[in-house]
Amino acid sequence: MVSSQSTRRSSPPGRARRRWSWNDPDTRALIYQILILGLVALGVWYLTSNTLHNLAVRNISTGFGFLHEEAGFAIGESIIDYSPADTYGRAVLVGLVNTLRVSVVGIIVATLFGTLLGIGRLSRNWLISHLAGLYIEVMRNIPLLLQLFFWYALITEIMPGPRQALNPLPDVFISNRGFKIPWVHGNAIDWLFGGLAVAIVLIVLLAHWARRRQEATGRIFPLGWSALGLLVVVPALAAWLSGGSFELDRPELKGFNFQGGLTMSPEFTALLLGLVIYTSAFVGEVVRSGIQAVSQGQWEAASALGLSRARILRKVILPQAMRVIVPPMTSQYLNLTKNSSLAVAIGYPDIVAVTNTILNQTGQAIEGIMIIMAAYLVVSLSISLFMNWYNKHIELVER
Amino acid sequence: MAQPLPDRLPPRSSAGPMGWLRTQLFSSPLNAVLSLLTIWVLLLAIPALVDYLFVRPDFAATTPEQCRETGGYCWAFVREKHRLILFGVYPYDEQWRPLLASAILVGVIVCSCMRRFWRPSLALLWGVGLAAVGVLMWGGLFGLAYVENAKWGGLPLTLILSTFGIAFAFPFGVVLALGRRSHMPGVKAVCVIYIELIRGVPLVSLLFMSSVMLPLFLPEGFSIDKLLRAQIAIILFAAAYVAETVRGGLQAIPRGQYEGADSIGLSYWQQMRKIIMPQALKIVIPPLVGIFISLFKDTSLVVIIGLFDLTMAAKAAVSDAVWRGFSTESYLFIAVIYFVFCFSISRYSLALERQLDQGHHR
Repeated sequence: MVSSQSTRRSSPPGRARRRWSWNDPDTRALIYQILILGLVALGVWYLTSNTLHNLAVRNISTGFGFLHEEAGFAIGESIIDYSPADTYGRAVLVGLVNTLRVSVVGIIVATLFGTLLGIGRLSRNWLISHLAGLYIEVMRNIPLLLQLFFWYALITEIMPGPRQALNPLPDVFISNRGFKIPWVHGNAIDWLFGGLAVAIVLIVLLAHWARRRQEATGRIFPLGWSALGLLVVVPALAAWLSGGSFELDRPELKGFNFQGGLTMSPEFTALLLGLVIYTSAFVGEVVRSGIQAVSQGQWEAASALGLSRARILRKVILPQAMRVIVPPMTSQYLNLTKNSSLAVAIGYPDIVAVTNTILNQTGQAIEGIMIIMAAYLVVSLSISLFMNWYNKHIELVER
Repeated sequence: MAQPLPDRLPPRSSAGPMGWLRTQLFSSPLNAVLSLLTIWVLLLAIPALVDYLFVRPDFAATTPEQCRETGGYCWAFVREKHRLILFGVYPYDEQWRPLLASAILVGVIVCSCMRRFWRPSLALLWGVGLAAVGVLMWGGLFGLAYVENAKWGGLPLTLILSTFGIAFAFPFGVVLALGRRSHMPGVKAVCVIYIELIRGVPLVSLLFMSSVMLPLFLPEGFSIDKLLRAQIAIILFAAAYVAETVRGGLQAIPRGQYEGADSIGLSYWQQMRKIIMPQALKIVIPPLVGIFISLFKDTSLVVIIGLFDLTMAAKAAVSDAVWRGFSTESYLFIAVIYFVFCFSISRYSLALERQLDQGHHR
């Protein structure tokens, strides 16, 4: 309590005995706290005892033992192996992986698209800035759930069946069964991804070296082009050296549906589309306000040095804007992850949808809700820890 | 004596429509390319939209067959279903009551937006307004027929969930914020755990919890209905966000204000009521309006536990076998309603922010 804090005097060292008086702020604070904590504990105890009684009446056992039982229901899509014969625990894991999949892809795409929107909103081009503004205002002010329903209805009702699928590019099919794109198979793929990882490590090292050299000698190393070169050359070299083969897996119409290729189900597509379109509007506003927070003088000083507008943005404005952008961006990422729980409304098997099915089958309501909440808390905390670390990293270093 | 020279016209390249085009659309090669691309896309999109909304549809159509024949936006669907979407399954002849209730809620919100009404008696207005809404919707008094709340639906339900939500979440959130700023570790811990726990999980899981777990929490034989359960979940959810916003306002108050209040011997609650809160709340009004907007949008999530709000009503309207396949019409219709509400409140919030910000600029 503020008043007790500011009027509190630390007791002189010689005084051992405490005056138990109502006029002593410390005593009052202690009594208040005991009262409040007692009330909270009483409330929790009351709810728990009610719950235990109700569970006993309904013959529901508690505990997480049910996670080892056979699930017996199928899950529409999964990137890890799953069959109805697997356990409930495995099903929850599938749900969690699905949540993470849509969140990670969503966060990446929404960040890229939202940044473009934010920069477009500030463009000197009248058409582009007004179009970006229109997009942001419309998408921010319509509930996400409604947008999800809309996209899902658009895909499943308006799009043609597989036989009349739209074919905008060769081997890309859009139908009411989702998106179909060709995909590469073959043992060279692993080498390709391995090469990609090596290239990324090399780029990090190179960037470090280039910065050291620029600080020492002032010479600028063309990092962007070299990075691009490494990203292309190293994986290609790795794949070629391995002697492995590639097969292009093309989607083909067989019977009533497509075979082969990579599928994006209507549920996943609608959810991703909705999350990206909705969140990117917010990301755009975050980026815009971050850029506007950098004072006009920075633009002017940088142009006085003769830098181009794009270079000013990249080298002068964005590094300073990042400090303003990162904290609200973190909460947008958290929002996107939490909003992915709306998947349950359109039938994408995320963790809420899967756990809800389990909860209806087994009646283990409390455990189910606890699993959902624990999963989201862990994901939220990891994202905020990572973003806080990143924020520390880019913070303005003051004396 | 020196005579001022006559005003010169601006250079031709920067005046008039040509100048505007030159500076706004074609200031650099990149801009020119972007502008031309945008214009091309707009030339494709706008005529298609106008065609879809106004040219193709037959405004006199009354049946789904006629709509399917002409294509385009089916205005007949909106004419046929707007009562269902707006008021849900509320008894048809009594639908003036939810209409009036919505008007009262909107009126209360509009009054709260006017600075003239910003004084303690505003709380009284909210009390009277919300009570009147309750009487109108439930009935059973003054010769109004009783309507159980399972039959409430559509726009009034969305408005009720969000306004009642913010009305109850606000005092709760203020208490939580004060608790989080408290120097008593016990109180602070309780508030921090509550706020972070609620903010870490999605509203969907709270709604599930309220619909599955609340019945287990209560003593045997005691039950509360679905609407109230959802309302409780929404209040608990919004309170955590209100608390964080108000905490921001409290942190912005300089320490001297607390010390000044201490020095004239005010008690904690007197300090808060007379010195700190009036200043802190003024700072946080714009973000609180933001919370109200997101709460208004978030009430659509009650669809997931089966309440008949605006979004659910739109889904229900499409599930009619005769009018199957008109989801675009239905969703666009309520999207416009949501947009009008949220957009006007957010514009108001912007204007307010600019008004309130005056004092901080020197």
